[in-house]
Amino acid sequence: MTLGLEHFLILSSVLFAIGLYGALSRRSAVVILMSIEVMLGAVSIAMVAFSRYVVPALLTGQVFTIFIIVVAAAEATVGLAIIIAIYRRRETIDVTKIDLMKW
Amino acid sequence: MEAIIPNSLVWMIFLLPLISFVLIALFIKPFLNNSPRISGYITISAVAGSLILSLWLLTSLLNTPSHELIIPDFNWLIIEGSINIHLGLTIDMLTVIMCIVVTTVSLMVQIYSQGYMHGDPGYHRYYVYMSLFTTAMLGLVMVDNLLLMYVFWELVGLCSYLLIGFWFHRPAAARAAKKAFIVTRLGDFGFLAAILVLFFSKGTLDVSQLHGYAVAGAIGSATLTWAAIGIFLGAAGKSAQFPLHVWLPDAMEGPTPVSALIHAATMVAAGVFLVARMFPLFEHSPEALSIVAYIGGFTAIFAATMGLVMNDIKRVLAYSTISQLGYMMLGLGVGGVAIGIFHLFNHAFFKALLFLGAGSVNHGTKTFDMRFMGGLRKVMPWTYATFLIASLSIAGIWPLAGFWSKDEILASALSENTLLFVLSMITVFMTAFYMFRVVFMTFGGEYRGSEKPHESPPVMVVPMVVLAVLAVVSGWFNATGGFSHLLGHGESHSFTEGFFGILSHPLPWISLAMAGSGILLAYAMYSAKWISPHRIAWFFRSLYVLFSKKYWMDELYEDAIGQRLLSDRLFAGMKLLDSKVIDGAVNGVADTVVDIGNSVRRAQSGQLQLYGLFIILGVLAIVISLLIWG
Amino acid sequence: MGLEIAFWLLATTAVVSAIAVVRLRNIFRAALCLILCFLSIAGIFVTLSADFLAAVQILINVGAIAILIILAIMLTREVERGSLPNKLQFPVIAACTLFLGVAVFAIVRTPWQVSGLPPTEPTTAELANSLFTEGGFILPVEIAAILLLATIIGAIVLMREK
Repeated sequence: MTLGLEHFLILSSVLFAIGLYGALSRRSAVVILMSIEVMLGAVSIAMVAFSRYVVPALLTGQVFTIFIIVVAAAEATVGLAIIIAIYRRRETIDVTKIDLMKW
Repeated sequence: MEAIIPNSLVWMIFLLPLISFVLIALFIKPFLNNSPRISGYITISAVAGSLILSLWLLTSLLNTPSHELIIPDFNWLIIEGSINIHLGLTIDMLTVIMCIVVTTVSLMVQIYSQGYMHGDPGYHRYYVYMSLFTTAMLGLVMVDNLLLMYVFWELVGLCSYLLIGFWFHRPAAARAAKKAFIVTRLGDFGFLAAILVLFFSKGTLDVSQLHGYAVAGAIGSATLTWAAIGIFLGAAGKSAQFPLHVWLPDAMEGPTPVSALIHAATMVAAGVFLVARMFPLFEHSPEALSIVAYIGGFTAIFAATMGLVMNDIKRVLAYSTISQLGYMMLGLGVGGVAIGIFHLFNHAFFKALLFLGAGSVNHGTKTFDMRFMGGLRKVMPWTYATFLIASLSIAGIWPLAGFWSKDEILASALSENTLLFVLSMITVFMTAFYMFRVVFMTFGGEYRGSEKPHESPPVMVVPMVVLAVLAVVSGWFNATGGFSHLLGHGESHSFTEGFFGILSHPLPWISLAMAGSGILLAYAMYSAKWISPHRIAWFFRSLYVLFSKKYWMDELYEDAIGQRLLSDRLFAGMKLLDSKVIDGAVNGVADTVVDIGNSVRRAQSGQLQLYGLFIILGVLAIVISLLIWG
Repeated sequence: MGLEIAFWLLATTAVVSAIAVVRLRNIFRAALCLILCFLSIAGIFVTLSADFLAAVQILINVGAIAILIILAIMLTREVERGSLPNKLQFPVIAACTLFLGVAVFAIVRTPWQVSGLPPTEPTTAELANSLFTEGGFILPVEIAAILLLATIIGAIVLMREK
């Protein structure tokens, strides 16, 4: 069985689903952030796989991946800054307790 | 002045006061507030400009064979296949005569106001309203379609409201303004209904087209009658005809020059003008025309009876105005456009003069109550002389203006309807009596007031003198039928034998005898004191009470209809409906929404992850439905 | 054949380490597993002939982001509390499973237009060409630069002591 596009896409889906599960079901904001990084990695795999199999000469998917990495870095920076700012004020980063913006 | 007036200058006739209005309201008042005379000068020069242009327009019309000018109009509102309303002017003799009346009286009143309103804190405001009023009144007489006419019609009503309530800090003035506005509105409802009836039956609002249809018999007779009655209802409201006359006496709360311009010479005459303008409609509807005649004749005598007993000089003049407007309506009803408008033309001058005289007396004595006047002929000779001329004119003494138009109306009435003739003959007697009652009580005898009277300044006297001259000569224009001829009346009932020729008929002598006996009775009662007014009043006490209580018409309207019927029954019921049913429905809807919101808002838990779960479920729902049905 | 083996190994490592990231009670270990996950993703990039991206992945994700996260864990004393699930755990598992099923179903059912060409190698020069030449992605690169600047300023403002 040779490697095909489907293998990489399914791997990407599995990683994405795991990341999604983590992002929605953990209390710790840091873990949620890590799960989001996993999800972004999953998307990168799909992008590179498309680039490799669908348009091997153009590398468009790889360019997109570079931007995803840039955005991931920016998001991690700001996200962690927010987490620490919240922690300073409230001594917790349990997202189920950070619910001021409700009815 | 031989050249035909250019079209743009015709527009300027009513645009000049408009410019003055804008100028004073937007620039003079905010920036030059402490030099109030400027606004007066601006208004006076604008109106003077309009007067000059109107005179030029008159000469131009006299030089054209058809006595009509066609002014190119602007399209204003066009809906393909249904509405074509254009902005245009009708320039015929009727318009020009009205323009001249309005601008002349307006000019005199504005000059007079410089003296009368001197030192009033609302000086600018006064001239703003006066300019707007002059604009609206000129617009009303010049426009060529009913819609614009209605717009200007309401605009003069608005100005009347603003000027009656000019001293709005006085509750009586505020109340009078409100009353005038509401009562005339009742009539305007009829006018609007008539406009709609005509529009839906003929699809046009153009006056000349409607005339064409009426003359050709293209409007069904029922429609025509109802439209004419509706128009007359509007006219009756503005011209204070029975039963909508109650507002005019109260309107005397406004400044006296306002009464002279609006509530004597021009706006109240707008109703007469409206009937004259739409006269072909009335002419082809005999029922409507006889309603005009009967209402006019009845109002003439009805108002005159109330004028007999009033003690407030302006109220006597107000009832006299109502009565004279009744004459005009009667003239229109029995004689035609020329006769009604001719009386309007003469009345404008002498009645404006009477009001200016009353204002001058007020200026000198600080009161309007004639019981505190008397003997003023010595201290106010000019006012006395002009007032006397105007009184003789309104009483119909040969050869003053009132005589000519009144006799034409009487002659037409005699040939049409004996009852109306008798009524108007009695009114002639009453008119002479109450006018000379005013003259003798105000100027004769000894002074009974406390304030030291003095003659008014020249800026007030000069306009009165000018109007006095007009009150003498304005009747002569029709001594040989020239005026009627210009208004399209080749043959009329009037006497056209000229200045002295008229005295060869018996009818003028009868009316002169009636007027003379009225003056004599007034002299006997109020000057020579041969007969005591109190004895007379006691002798006819039931009539006296009836007249001085104004037939309890105010009480009927305000208490019986306004309070008992409308406020207590209808409006109370409406209030109940409003508070229970309508508010209930609105509040119910609001409460339901609030309840739904209260139960649904729990979904906004502040738990971001719950929102994320919902997003994922939503995405899945979309994707799955695409996979299944896409 | 070597490529397949490498893929399966890396894929298994990535999935297992990802599960570890989300399931481990100890957050510090979870962060270490995240590093492992990033490394295996870099390996996957290599199997996809994306050599430059693999290097970037290691440099930025492993070298910067993961370190940043560990730093944050230490600053917030998260390790003491550990990673606990919230009340939504089971509905989320159901939703994620459903998502995975739908995704796999869609991937398998779709007739992909796969090109038979060999992959471009090496990619560094090619990527530089498409990123920095006119008609390429130069504008997004500039915007990314602005984004990073804004990020830095934002992070400084958020973290500053009052």
